[in-house]
Amino acid sequence: MSRCFQVNARDNVATMLDEGQGEVDVLGAMPQRLELRERVALGHKVALKEIRTGEAVVKFGLPIGRATTEIRPGQWVHLHNCASNFDARSQTLDVHSGATTDTPYE
Amino acid sequence: MSDPGQTTWNGYLRTDGRKGVRNLVLVIYTVECAQHVAHAIAAGEEYVHVLGFPGCYDNAYAIRLMLALARHPNIGAVLAVGLGCEYTQPGKLAEVVRGSDRPAESFYIQEKGGTRSSVAAGKEIVHRMREQIRAETPRVPMTLADLTVGCECGGSDGTSGLAGNPTVGAFFDRLVDAGGRAVFEETVEMIGLREHLVQRAASTGAAEQLAAAYDKAERYCRAVRQYSVAPGNFAGGLTTIEEKSLGAFAKSGSRPIEGVIRVAEQPRGPGLWMLDTVPDEHFMQFGYTNPNDTEGIMDLISAGSQLVLFVTGRGSVIGSPIAPLIKITGNRATFSRMKEDMDFDAGRVLTGELNLEQAGRELAELVVRVASGEKSKPEELGHREYFIMYKHQDTPSLTAGCRA
Repeated sequence: MSRCFQVNARDNVATMLDEGQGEVDVLGAMPQRLELRERVALGHKVALKEIRTGEAVVKFGLPIGRATTEIRPGQWVHLHNCASNFDARSQTLDVHSGATTDTPYE
Repeated sequence: MSDPGQTTWNGYLRTDGRKGVRNLVLVIYTVECAQHVAHAIAAGEEYVHVLGFPGCYDNAYAIRLMLALARHPNIGAVLAVGLGCEYTQPGKLAEVVRGSDRPAESFYIQEKGGTRSSVAAGKEIVHRMREQIRAETPRVPMTLADLTVGCECGGSDGTSGLAGNPTVGAFFDRLVDAGGRAVFEETVEMIGLREHLVQRAASTGAAEQLAAAYDKAERYCRAVRQYSVAPGNFAGGLTTIEEKSLGAFAKSGSRPIEGVIRVAEQPRGPGLWMLDTVPDEHFMQFGYTNPNDTEGIMDLISAGSQLVLFVTGRGSVIGSPIAPLIKITGNRATFSRMKEDMDFDAGRVLTGELNLEQAGRELAELVVRVASGEKSKPEELGHREYFIMYKHQDTPSLTAGCRA
């Protein structure tokens, strides 16, 4: 079974330690099992609980941004549903490759 | 292996009391036009490293940085090479270096007659200096207490904050407890952590310095509309600068922060120090904070770091001149894919093979081995990337030079 890691008990996301889908083992602060709703890559985050629009996404016990849409447990959390409180440009990057989409190549 | 905190090895004693883990000749060029000749002088020569500044117009920050690197504990002698018409003066660099009791010479290519005669003259000088420092530099015992170690992360992914940086943090705690100096930087990767950072201050003075450095970094990022996060970070699973910041900050370990130093400054005592590399406000608003990983590594070396740790989740192949670079990854896949370039697999923390305490100890053992002379992977591969740029940081002497 693939694994993910929750750093702090207050965290509402965990980081994938393997690429995974289906059931995953949540290690770290509060060990549990979680059903992934989609395939999630190594190093990427999954929601451990429901996160409402505008609510803080918490990792390391501290906010790392806010949900831009309703996020359900087991969903992949990334640029498509979580925004920085500082950096606006990151919202324009390609969600899979991180490549820029706003620089003109002319 | 015995306790790495107690291990003793032989280093190179400099006149200022600092001890080096290498005994190198440094060739410095003072303008891009002299770059080829400087590299040709060092080509094929053991224990001869190169760095230089590309600009013709000089820059106080770059000169301060080069002089700190030229008087680094791992450097025994210096040859400065210029073309002959640039602002930066190789003769002055050599003169300051001689003031630190190191052999230092300089010449202009235009006066030597061209490429071949300059390379031949340069090689003759570095051969002579290398022999001299090999024969004359006193060897002295060293321990972790004599080390300054810098840490930088680059090519970060989701594992860097969970394993790579916390492993360095565990080592930094050991280094500080052993009486050594630990230096971390990347204040632009502390965005969102102001309170968290200031709480770690060892004193009221340190808290003020940390708050001021943080505020400057945030102002800077807003002004240039750029945060220290790259496409590869996002592809690796990091979603926001705040998330990257928290992971990056883990490399500072858990000991109190003694204060803030700037580029080319040395820690003012043992313990954990934060290095501020962000440009200060200036009428021209020039310079970038961390244009690439190599620039940050040069800054850490300028703080007297005899070794630098580089944490890279995605994987990197860079090295550094002057101070050996040790490359650490928290990503097992990266470690096995790029084994020839990676020194330390911190991914074992995530598989449960090691706890952080054990990983910190194993890293301390590796640091001691490299300090004793074992080559790190980038050293073995001959990687010596460097980067010195135009930047501005305030110093009292900088107000000089302007007409009222």
